[in-house]
Amino acid sequence: MSRKFDVVVIGAGPAGYVAAIRATQHGLSTACIDAWVTSDGKPALGGTCLNAGCIPSKALLESSELYHRAAVDFSGHGIGIEGLSLNLDTMLSRKERIVQELSGGIGSLFKANGVTALFGHGRLLPDLKVQFSPHDGEPELLEADHVILATGSVPVEIPAAPYDGERIVDSTGALSFKAVPERLGVIGAGVIGLELGSVWQRLGAQVTILEAMDQFLFMADGQIAREGQRQFKKQGLDIRLGAMVREAELTDDGVLLKYDDEQGGHEVAVDKVVVAVGRRAQTTNLLDPLAGVDVSERGLIEVDEQCRTTAPNIWAVGDVVRGPMLAHKGSEEGIMVADLIAGEISAVNYAVIPSVIYTSPEIAWVGKTEDQLKEAGVNYKSGTFNFAASGRAKAMDQGAGLVKIVADVDSDRILGVHICGPMAGELIGEAVVAMEFQASTEDLQRTIHGHPTLTEAIHEAALSVDQRAIHAINR
Amino acid sequence: MTIEVKVPQLPESVTDATLVAWHKTVGQTVQRDENLVDLETDKVVLEVPAPFSGVLKEIHSENGAIVTSGQLLAILEPSSADAVAAATTAEPKVSASSSTVAMVADAAESAGPNAEKLSPAVRRQLEEHDIDASLVKGTGRGGRILKSDIQSFIEHRPHPEAVSAEMPLTPELAAPLPDQRSDHRVPMSRLRARIAERMVEAQQSAAMLTTFNEIDLTEVMALRSRYKGIFEKKHGVKLGLMSFFIGATIEALRRFPVLNASIEGNDIVYHDYFDIGIAVSSERGLLVPVIRNADRLSFSEVENTIREYGTKAREGTISMDDLTGGTFTITNGGVFGSMLSTPILNPPQSGILGMHTIQQRPQVVAGEIMARPMMYVALTYDHRIIDGSDAVQFLVAVKQSLEDPGRLLLQI
Repeated sequence: MSRKFDVVVIGAGPAGYVAAIRATQHGLSTACIDAWVTSDGKPALGGTCLNAGCIPSKALLESSELYHRAAVDFSGHGIGIEGLSLNLDTMLSRKERIVQELSGGIGSLFKANGVTALFGHGRLLPDLKVQFSPHDGEPELLEADHVILATGSVPVEIPAAPYDGERIVDSTGALSFKAVPERLGVIGAGVIGLELGSVWQRLGAQVTILEAMDQFLFMADGQIAREGQRQFKKQGLDIRLGAMVREAELTDDGVLLKYDDEQGGHEVAVDKVVVAVGRRAQTTNLLDPLAGVDVSERGLIEVDEQCRTTAPNIWAVGDVVRGPMLAHKGSEEGIMVADLIAGEISAVNYAVIPSVIYTSPEIAWVGKTEDQLKEAGVNYKSGTFNFAASGRAKAMDQGAGLVKIVADVDSDRILGVHICGPMAGELIGEAVVAMEFQASTEDLQRTIHGHPTLTEAIHEAALSVDQRAIHAINR
Repeated sequence: MTIEVKVPQLPESVTDATLVAWHKTVGQTVQRDENLVDLETDKVVLEVPAPFSGVLKEIHSENGAIVTSGQLLAILEPSSADAVAAATTAEPKVSASSSTVAMVADAAESAGPNAEKLSPAVRRQLEEHDIDASLVKGTGRGGRILKSDIQSFIEHRPHPEAVSAEMPLTPELAAPLPDQRSDHRVPMSRLRARIAERMVEAQQSAAMLTTFNEIDLTEVMALRSRYKGIFEKKHGVKLGLMSFFIGATIEALRRFPVLNASIEGNDIVYHDYFDIGIAVSSERGLLVPVIRNADRLSFSEVENTIREYGTKAREGTISMDDLTGGTFTITNGGVFGSMLSTPILNPPQSGILGMHTIQQRPQVVAGEIMARPMMYVALTYDHRIIDGSDAVQFLVAVKQSLEDPGRLLLQI
């Protein structure tokens, strides 16, 4: 007798586990299948985000930031440190502990909400059946009224630098180096490459980042990207643009990265290489061909704006479908689908999804960039405010970066907010709320912001849009 | 002790006024409520009466000056009898009261459903432009009003003051005298400038067409001559033509409600009340006071209302209330001798009926040629929402009611 559920979710990452919890809140019987196993062979909920992405990287970014400040910045505050040392094992253990706690936390949420957690592999068969193969045990056939596919994404591998698990690793491997590499090569200056490069650079590695594109952070606003680039260069990150890696030659003491750019061929010798060129949707062994779920050329499961696949009652959310590969986007899609299955009206507002890069300074944005507005021929106006003029930022010794706001000239509607600076990832929240309520620049101008805070920079940037900044010279 | 006489709170969207003329000079004694000075706005002339009897001590704004709400006009020294009262009173009353048009309201106190959801920019815009929040259509999340909604509202909102005039078929030209070839430059009065602005606005926003017909007023004239004596004795007012025309117009508006409608954005707003504006001339220009709920007035009540307005117009005491709103207008160029003309619409109204002189003209009646008192009528309408067939039939309905007044009685 096969078990039957109202909803079967395949994947317990931020998209899948959130969908499962929401489904049970609607009173739907829900099972959530997840195949993740940790390095010591134990199943763990939370997907890439929790186990090998967002969370562990944030833990290491925090630890490495503290170490760096102690090593470099404290003396400026009059704080002397004798015998500053780094115990990488402790740092990594702390990261592991956090990951385990959160992963266990999801387990508790599942129990509390009545989600049946199934550890193993799930495969979608025709007629709303799911084959569940547990890590240990016999395969089982599950029946469902609805199936939500949330199998996420995996790092892209490049033939020029194939993983060897030792010297050439992916982002997961880069979270667990046994020792700080003396020289680290990072292929890809995207979000992941920048964050991981920052971690090891702060801990003492000499980091070289090779980016194939000519433009740095092409998806971010140009002005913000250039500011970020300046800051990272100042910190000692060697970012080389337009660099196409041809080959990663394993040598006696490391890896020789051979790349081409405008000027010709180059080489850089490093001890370890992290490949962070992007991620691709993961549908390996997931879909029976007769299940009727279409997959695009790029490997994404095809869905409409409500995340329905081409097969009835089969849904797909998160990194495995179109859109930015962001955990919060996946979670919102998971909620939308669970609501829709329960018969409610629900939608995701894709226009107001924030993006955050957890470097230092952080970079965050929501809405349109100036270039996008120019291209679309929108009549826009913009204003900026530098953190160098922010009392709070200066007191924190983080007076670098800026806030930039772009708005429509005729309606004064805020079209985009871009921040490079301290706590950008937190500050962007104000912008997201404002844009969700279709606020005008004037609304932000007339909203009181506490002093002295970092949020004031948003206030001043809004004033600057109309050349009315108080704490900056208006041009 | 002395009292400051200030410019009263100017109504609505009026930002300032022109001081036209002082009626009293420094040193003169004034009586309480006596008119001290005339202030002219875009819409009307306001009188500023003396709050107390006394002596006018100082004048702070001269003839021709532009003044704003609350600005100091003069200093008055009240006579002893009024001194006590002076100590406890506020500003002087104004004879032309500020309009109570729908657009005046404090945004924060608006009873509208979205009053609590007004963003900072919206609150300020509502106050700056003196708009009632409950009138603005909100296109934001949950129906919230956005700043851009206010901007749209301002662009499309109906203007309260009503100005209408005939457009003569040929403009008059003053023949220049042979020896004198100088120019005489006179700045437009505010009222004139406002009229000019609205004329152009009407032309540019509506798709105006005019359709014509003629009315044989034999029956109406017969009714009038038979009963004018009794009518005047009973009701105390002459039985004019307007009450007949208004009656006929309302009957026709009932049948063709789109002539009584206005355009707001992409909506056609049908009004199920009949506020008929009647164009009257005054020294300063054409004014169009509105007869409210004209459908509920009897012939005598209509005639009385018109007479009162005529008096007010001559005396310059028409208030903004009187001039505001209106769903349809009737203009009569016939009193000046106009035979036929194309009236201009009175935005945001969609129709205007033009009456003309009554002339004896030969008509074919039952196969015979007879002299009949004929009037050409013109209906200018907004073709954006009114089709030609409706306009034509409307005018035919008016004609039929007037050529056979019994129809008005029987509403057929």
